[in-house]
Amino acid sequence: MANETQRSVTSTPVGARPPERAPRHEFATTRPPDAVQRYSTGERLTHWAVALAYTVLFLSGLALFHPFFYWISFLFGTPTFMRILHPFIGVALGILFFAYAARLWRENLFSAADRLWLRRMFAYMNGREEARVEGKYNAGQKAMYWSMIIMVVGLLVTGIFIWRPYIAPAVPLLGRRIAAVIHVIFAFIMFVGIGIHIYAAVWTRGSMRAMTQGWVSRRWARYHHPGWYDRVARKETVR
Amino acid sequence: MALESLDIRRRSASQTRAPDVRKHTEVAKLIDISRCIGCKACQAACMEWNDLRDEVGLTNGTYNNPIELTDRSWTVMRFYEEELADKGLQWLIVKDGCLHCADPGCLKACPAPGAIVQYSNGIVDFQQDNCIGCGYCQTGCPFNIPRYGVTDGKAYKCTLCSDRVGVGLEPACIKTCPTQALSFGTKEDMIDIANARLVDLKERGFDKAAVYDPSGVGGTHVVYVMPHGDPALYRMPREASISPLVGLWRSGFARTLGVLTMVSVVVAGFFHWMKVGPVDPDALPPREGE
Repeated sequence: MANETQRSVTSTPVGARPPERAPRHEFATTRPPDAVQRYSTGERLTHWAVALAYTVLFLSGLALFHPFFYWISFLFGTPTFMRILHPFIGVALGILFFAYAARLWRENLFSAADRLWLRRMFAYMNGREEARVEGKYNAGQKAMYWSMIIMVVGLLVTGIFIWRPYIAPAVPLLGRRIAAVIHVIFAFIMFVGIGIHIYAAVWTRGSMRAMTQGWVSRRWARYHHPGWYDRVARKETVR
Repeated sequence: MALESLDIRRRSASQTRAPDVRKHTEVAKLIDISRCIGCKACQAACMEWNDLRDEVGLTNGTYNNPIELTDRSWTVMRFYEEELADKGLQWLIVKDGCLHCADPGCLKACPAPGAIVQYSNGIVDFQQDNCIGCGYCQTGCPFNIPRYGVTDGKAYKCTLCSDRVGVGLEPACIKTCPTQALSFGTKEDMIDIANARLVDLKERGFDKAAVYDPSGVGGTHVVYVMPHGDPALYRMPREASISPLVGLWRSGFARTLGVLTMVSVVVAGFFHWMKVGPVDPDALPPREGE
């Protein structure tokens, strides 16, 4: 757009200070100087590795669960290859997920303020003010964290029980039957959890960017996580 | 493997009907345990006709040889010594292998379309070219029959010589049995022969003799005459049926519930967005103190 080009070369608006030093990066980023860091590069990369693994697992699992989705298996080359791949990716997800989750558990412990947040959750979802959040994560995020721990443990253990040809032959048939049923139930609970997780990230604008680029605006931090902002983010320097 | 697609009555992981035009008479193999001498000729005939050579294994101190069913041993004679209160020591010989259920648990559990089929004559057959080696058929089978190839990972079991039956021959094991412990024909005829045999056996003091044709799986296309009656003596389930866990896991109900769950998540997100729209603190007017 013409005026966009113009804006970058014309003088800054009245009242705004021109930048005092050169930008931190040589290439252009959209990160405002006063943004605060929410997720480190390591956290983000691990998160997205888990997300990729989950996508592969969900699609291949769905193909095995319901014949209507069997065509997905051909995206993997052959259905047999997909069946071989699924458990290996599952183990990879388990390792990545727990490496990631191990760094977050302390900030996901429930506190007294979370009760109020949960009580006002539906009002918040319907456009009312969010209850004050003290921690880095709100009560909904904490509930998601702990439920995902249970789901991943459950899926990993039951999946290993039915892992042919390595583990399944050593597991009694009844054990394999129970494992298969729990595996499916947990997979769908996990789908609901991941669905809520993705939607919430899209719904609260700025959250997706926090996980892709790592930063949030000060206003985002003050609005969604005022406690975290006061304790941690406020002290971050403007760069 | 040898019958045509027109003969297929049911097909695994398929939501529409299999070809239904041909109706064959239902066949059955009758295994009369009271006539079996445990010679293993049926095992040898099975190897020969199907051109299968299993590894030479070890002995476990029984006459079972090989010890277990494998991907290349589709039938195994199992020998059991049983001390019965009224009959004393009995040597029970059971020809183990697929029973070709009318309602097959393997077919129900299989996720690969067309990897397990049931022909209109009742034979349940594995189509290895469609098999993905997941192991679900073993999980689904009430009799623990399917076995997997060590190198190819695919599932194998007795075909009831569907290739021979398809051209009007009897299965290889029947052909070779020297004592007429094995018979083959229509299911109806086999049940008649079995019932007639029960009369014989009862006259000779086997008053508990019974026919094993478990109704929990809709009847089977391999039927046993058990002279001592109780299937547990022959290590067969008394009430054979598809495990309710397998039934639940592979049911239309569970599949529909799964799809509805996924659809509801998407629909709920869509309409929530349309009703409430995004939360965007950066778009709000500045508050006091900012």
